[in-house]
Amino acid sequence: MGAGHNHQLYRAGDTLVHRLPPQCKLAAVAAFALVVVATPREWFWAFGLYAVLLAVVALAARVPLVFVLRRMVIELPFVVFAVALPFIGLGERVPLLGVSLSVEGLWSAWNILAKATLGVVASVLLAATTEPRLMLLGAQRLRLPPLLVQIAMFMLRYMDVIVDEMRRMRVARESRGFVARDVRHIPVIARSAGALFIRSYERGERVHLAMLSRGYSGSMPVIQDLSASSRQWLTAGMLPGAALVVLLGTLCGTLLVNGGLA
Amino acid sequence: MTSSLEVRRLAYAYPDGTQALFGVDFEIGRGERVALLGPNGAGKTTLVMHLNGILTAGHGTVTVAGLPVGKKSLKEIRRRVGLVFQDPDDQLFMPTVREDVAFGPANLGIGGEELERRVKGALDRVGMLEAIDRPPHHLSFGQRRRVAVATVLAMEPEILVLDEPSSNLDPASRRELAEILRGLDVTVLMVTHDLPYALELCDRALILSGGVIAADGPTRKILADADLLAAHRLELPYGFALR
Repeated sequence: MGAGHNHQLYRAGDTLVHRLPPQCKLAAVAAFALVVVATPREWFWAFGLYAVLLAVVALAARVPLVFVLRRMVIELPFVVFAVALPFIGLGERVPLLGVSLSVEGLWSAWNILAKATLGVVASVLLAATTEPRLMLLGAQRLRLPPLLVQIAMFMLRYMDVIVDEMRRMRVARESRGFVARDVRHIPVIARSAGALFIRSYERGERVHLAMLSRGYSGSMPVIQDLSASSRQWLTAGMLPGAALVVLLGTLCGTLLVNGGLA
Repeated sequence: MTSSLEVRRLAYAYPDGTQALFGVDFEIGRGERVALLGPNGAGKTTLVMHLNGILTAGHGTVTVAGLPVGKKSLKEIRRRVGLVFQDPDDQLFMPTVREDVAFGPANLGIGGEELERRVKGALDRVGMLEAIDRPPHHLSFGQRRRVAVATVLAMEPEILVLDEPSSNLDPASRRELAEILRGLDVTVLMVTHDLPYALELCDRALILSGGVIAADGPTRKILADADLLAAHRLELPYGFALR
């Protein structure tokens, strides 16, 4: 059983957030992300309130800040892109610390950074409080395309098996004196990857036979009942609900102020 | 009394025209444990695939406890014939042991307490009840093979068909599996070329060679016939002798 197991994102616990059925949490995070994306970039304090909401969830789930920060590395490519925007942006420019920056670029960068960060933190919290297996059962419950859910399920199950196979192939290569040092060795690696692909494909066929032998007829049977009570839906709905209140509140406020001025 | 399994003049050619089975004939009575011996490429796996209708006979019939294998009876046939594949990683495809053992009975429409009873009962019979909530890839190879047996026991099959049950097992796991199989109250067809294991578990043996049943009789007698074994590329391991 190789290291690097697939539960790195999950943090075991028994809090209110952990206990919520996965489909409620999935739907809540998706709705929260929609509200965040719908918020105009100029409404700074709305974003601040969203961040406070997430902090409350993290607190309730007892997920420490360091845990969240470490897993936010996934956002890095977006950050790099966002940081580049003020330099390459067009239009009006402002000097900042001796560098001329595009105003439009700055706004875009802020927009991407703020929304992506909120979305990523929400997802990290979801993953930290929901076992991957349950997440997929939740997706199944939410009627996501069953084929996609099944593919993800098998990925979860066979990831370690395939990584292990990959490791054995590497050991076999190196046992015969092969060490990948420069580009000339790429064909060898590529052939290994090809062999791995064929092995995995054949395994897929065998697994399918095993499934047919136990009465599989195209859809996964429901084994674990994951029904959610309306109370659990309400609890999960508090996050996107509160975010929506912030959004609508700000909208009304802005309209009133603008209306008053006009 | 109807027999558990009846195979009559079964012939099969692969789509590319290669003929694998040339008229296989045998019958297994209820409660019997039978070994199906044969060299690599004798058609053992092809034959096994016919027993639960994954392959459809080109000619001849397969009958399981009186029910002929056919398109219409497929669901019931797959309940009656429990196939345990050679590689437990192929057999155990669900995220936890519990879900894996429940997969078969759940496909039969069983749920709730009855499902729970079947899952726990099957795991108990192979001594793996304490692993119920663990992911299969965290178990040892021997434990995975036992769980694989449980996944089909949960379907309460008429006949258990095992493909090379002793392969890759260390001596202790091999003995543990033998004890479990001996304790099961179910008809067993064991496909293997591990001859001592066949002798240990099965009173009767068949030799499948060149797509036909070349011998059928008491395991001890078959394994003692050195000429018969040699004619079908079978050999007892070094140091073994039967009389």
